[in-house]
Amino acid sequence: MNHLDELEAESIYVLREAFAKLDRLAILWSLGKDSNVVLWLARKAFFGHVPFPVIHVDTGRKFPEMYAFRDRYAKEWGLRFIREECPPIEEVDPTLPPAARAAARKTLGLQNAIRKYGFRGLIAGIRRDEEALRAKERYFSPRGEDNSWNMKDQPPEFWNQYMTDFPPGTHVRVHPILHWTEVDIWRYTKREGIPVIDLYFSKDGKRYRSLGDMDITFPVPSTASTLDEIIAELEATRIPERAGRAMDHEAEDSFERLRAAGYM
Amino acid sequence: MTTEIRPLKIVIVGHVDHGKSTLVGRLLHDTGSLPEGKVEALRAMAERRGMPFEWAFVMDAIQAERDQGITIDTAQIRFRTARRPYVIIDAPGHKEFLRNMVTGAAASEAALLLVDALEGVQEQSRRHGYLLSLLGIRQVAVLVNKMDLVAFSADRFGRVAEELRAYLAGLGVEPVAFVPISAREGDNILAHSRRMSWYQGPSVIQVLDGFVPAPRPVDRPLRMPVQDVYKFDHRRIVAGRIESGRLRVGDEILFSPSNKTVRVKSIEMWNVSESPEEAVAGQSIGITLSEPIFVERGEIVSHLEQPPMETTVFRGRLFWLGEKPLEVGRSYTLKLATTEAQVTVEAIERVIDTSDLSSRPADRIERNGAGEVILRTRRLLAVDPHETNPATGRFVLVEDYRPVAGGIVSMDGYPDQRRLVTVRATNIHAVGHAVTREARHARNGHRGGVLWFTGLSGAGKSTLALALERELFARGYQVYVLDGDNIRSGLNADLGFGPEDRAENIRRVGEVAALFADAGFLAISAFISPYRADRERARRAAGEAFHEIYIHAPLEVCERRDPKGLYRKARNGEIPEFTGISSPYEPPEKPELVIPTHELSPEECLALLVRYVEDRFRL
Ligand SMILES: Nc1nc2c(ncn2[C@@H]2O[C@H](COP(=O)(O)OP(=O)(O)O)[C@@H](O)[C@H]2O)c(=O)[nH]1
Repeated sequence: MNHLDELEAESIYVLREAFAKLDRLAILWSLGKDSNVVLWLARKAFFGHVPFPVIHVDTGRKFPEMYAFRDRYAKEWGLRFIREECPPIEEVDPTLPPAARAAARKTLGLQNAIRKYGFRGLIAGIRRDEEALRAKERYFSPRGEDNSWNMKDQPPEFWNQYMTDFPPGTHVRVHPILHWTEVDIWRYTKREGIPVIDLYFSKDGKRYRSLGDMDITFPVPSTASTLDEIIAELEATRIPERAGRAMDHEAEDSFERLRAAGYM
Repeated sequence: MTTEIRPLKIVIVGHVDHGKSTLVGRLLHDTGSLPEGKVEALRAMAERRGMPFEWAFVMDAIQAERDQGITIDTAQIRFRTARRPYVIIDAPGHKEFLRNMVTGAAASEAALLLVDALEGVQEQSRRHGYLLSLLGIRQVAVLVNKMDLVAFSADRFGRVAEELRAYLAGLGVEPVAFVPISAREGDNILAHSRRMSWYQGPSVIQVLDGFVPAPRPVDRPLRMPVQDVYKFDHRRIVAGRIESGRLRVGDEILFSPSNKTVRVKSIEMWNVSESPEEAVAGQSIGITLSEPIFVERGEIVSHLEQPPMETTVFRGRLFWLGEKPLEVGRSYTLKLATTEAQVTVEAIERVIDTSDLSSRPADRIERNGAGEVILRTRRLLAVDPHETNPATGRFVLVEDYRPVAGGIVSMDGYPDQRRLVTVRATNIHAVGHAVTREARHARNGHRGGVLWFTGLSGAGKSTLALALERELFARGYQVYVLDGDNIRSGLNADLGFGPEDRAENIRRVGEVAALFADAGFLAISAFISPYRADRERARRAAGEAFHEIYIHAPLEVCERRDPKGLYRKARNGEIPEFTGISSPYEPPEKPELVIPTHELSPEECLALLVRYVEDRFRL
């Protein structure tokens, strides 16, 4: 077993625990590279089937390439696909900076979906290395009635024993690729032949490292136009991944406010 | 392109303020692992806020942490030396956050234990040392920090190091090195410090690079805890991760605690060119079996030789994280590998004082304490003593949804109970009743039997079963309906709705119905029982007395009736594996009686059934 095999085996274990222990489970599909890997891992874990719904909380502002990708693979992979449309921006806290506000809108969309379908487990493709806050996450992270994350009072998690039972009204976020890094994602994508949205490859000296809404994600300078070149580039860089995300630069605490409100 | 080397997982522990976060910031900086501009940004931020720069800021990315001045949780940070990549898990020393330290340390392969040269060994230095030993972390290095505050004194270093060495020796932990450092000033981190020329040992980086990655236990006995059993397509796949050993196609394997033996037919994997012949420790796999035996989540797969032990009682060495103390007589949920069971604390053998490793008797273990307890379960568990197989020899206790303890299994003084169950099972002989079947029948005025109703949901099974029961009872029959409500809530309370559980549900109903028949009753069972194989098994249990009655209505009719709204839900995908929609119904081939409920009125159906019973069962 090499490093990727070990990462994969751990993720599959987490996915299977979630499926065995949580009813009303769904995968959050943001259409980006990370959640595509999670979907792929689910197909591995369940031998070609994804035995729960796959939900896209749609802001309506993704790139056309992302929608095309979604529609194609939802069908090709036989996914039980659900699209949940976000409410209008006017319904969101106007004191937040613009990009954070847009993200908070997504929170509302997600909360609506949770209410509508009664989900008790949501699988999300976040990684500890994305930003400092996420480094604090657990594989199974309980969220309160209002979706909030109580960062300071997290249950201990060790020996692959996860918090799979929780009081009524709470749900859990499940993070099967928490232990992966950005370069792991790309190496695995290459090894497995997971389809990739073109926007990740360099065009006119720029590429997207991370894909969010069209108006708040920006390409970064790069000449990497193949998977190998992306991997080589990441090995050399020390620029953080989310450099191209507007929200991260708005305020030191915008992540934290969103997190506490259940956005991530 | 460099190849993918697995990062070594290390944890940094020690008393609060002894410099863990500082060391992390330092390591990241000195190995060139920080994003460009990070330190400058933090220095600028410190200046803006009018506070001195601290290396710990690198870690303290959370507002709340900066305000409170203590690191609150485990965080993972990556860096790389010339030799290999590392993941460091910062384990804060504040007492309240022991659970975070446990979370981090349990996942590590090696530990750095930090101690302040000026303050010397403190409460948490010892407690963390204790937990490292309990968590099974064997590679430990001690770093004596803040040497700048003791004028880089070799003498002071020697005394602090000696105190800790003696303590750790009591736990059987022998550190690979003791290094005098100044995390803040950068002494002995990367290279040797000129300010401590008396020290000849390795620098921190050299210590790290000298740690050995934990080997995967491929040479221990096979253990694969069953996570789940899947039937997404024609295959019935037993899924799990191999915790130790190796498994090959054709191997004869044993499931514990159910004690069933079977062969491995195949190892299943998705998106591989050919399915593998062998799988080893660390892999998450699925297997298919040579025979369709009933197995479920929580069992442990092993080879026939070297199986785990089976027991209802064991000794646990544990640390306690719960708000309420652990007390004798209390029950908790035990999680061990993929098994869950209720356990009761039968005794607390001793409570351990981690400050000097002394122990004393007690009737409770307080928060953040440690001790040795006897735990008892009602049903048999498969376990290993921790020293022979850690993955199946350690457990977590849960109370009010939260993990409150972690511990390791010792079987000292307790026998393997497997022998007991095996012998018990072969010792059973059918008991010859003193009362004959004929005598029972004569008293009742009718023969006993099983009226096995089968049919789709909504076909009318329950309604007709209850109506028939009322009618027959009025006519003087000993009659009883077995349905989901009275069986699921008691006898079969342990079963879910997966395919295996459904099969087991029907098997038990069949056995119970047969007992009723033998006791002279008419048992009416009203289960969908969609599979022929299951109904055949029920027929075998009751023999001659078994009457299969097909309560029939076409799917469209049942779906139109939909009395409980189940079909609608199933069509929406809210109910997986719903018979007739997403899971098959196999109609009976030669039922004793067919009741077409879509063609007859309820009264006509009931009349047919009553006549059938009167004809066959009345003496
Ligand atoms: N003089 C001196 N101070 C240090 C050294 N290492 C850490 N400190 C200081 O000790 C305090 C606590 O350090 P910190 O890393 O936050 O400790 P933690 O609680 O173990 O993470 C901070 O004020 C640091 O600046 C050192 O090597 N020398």
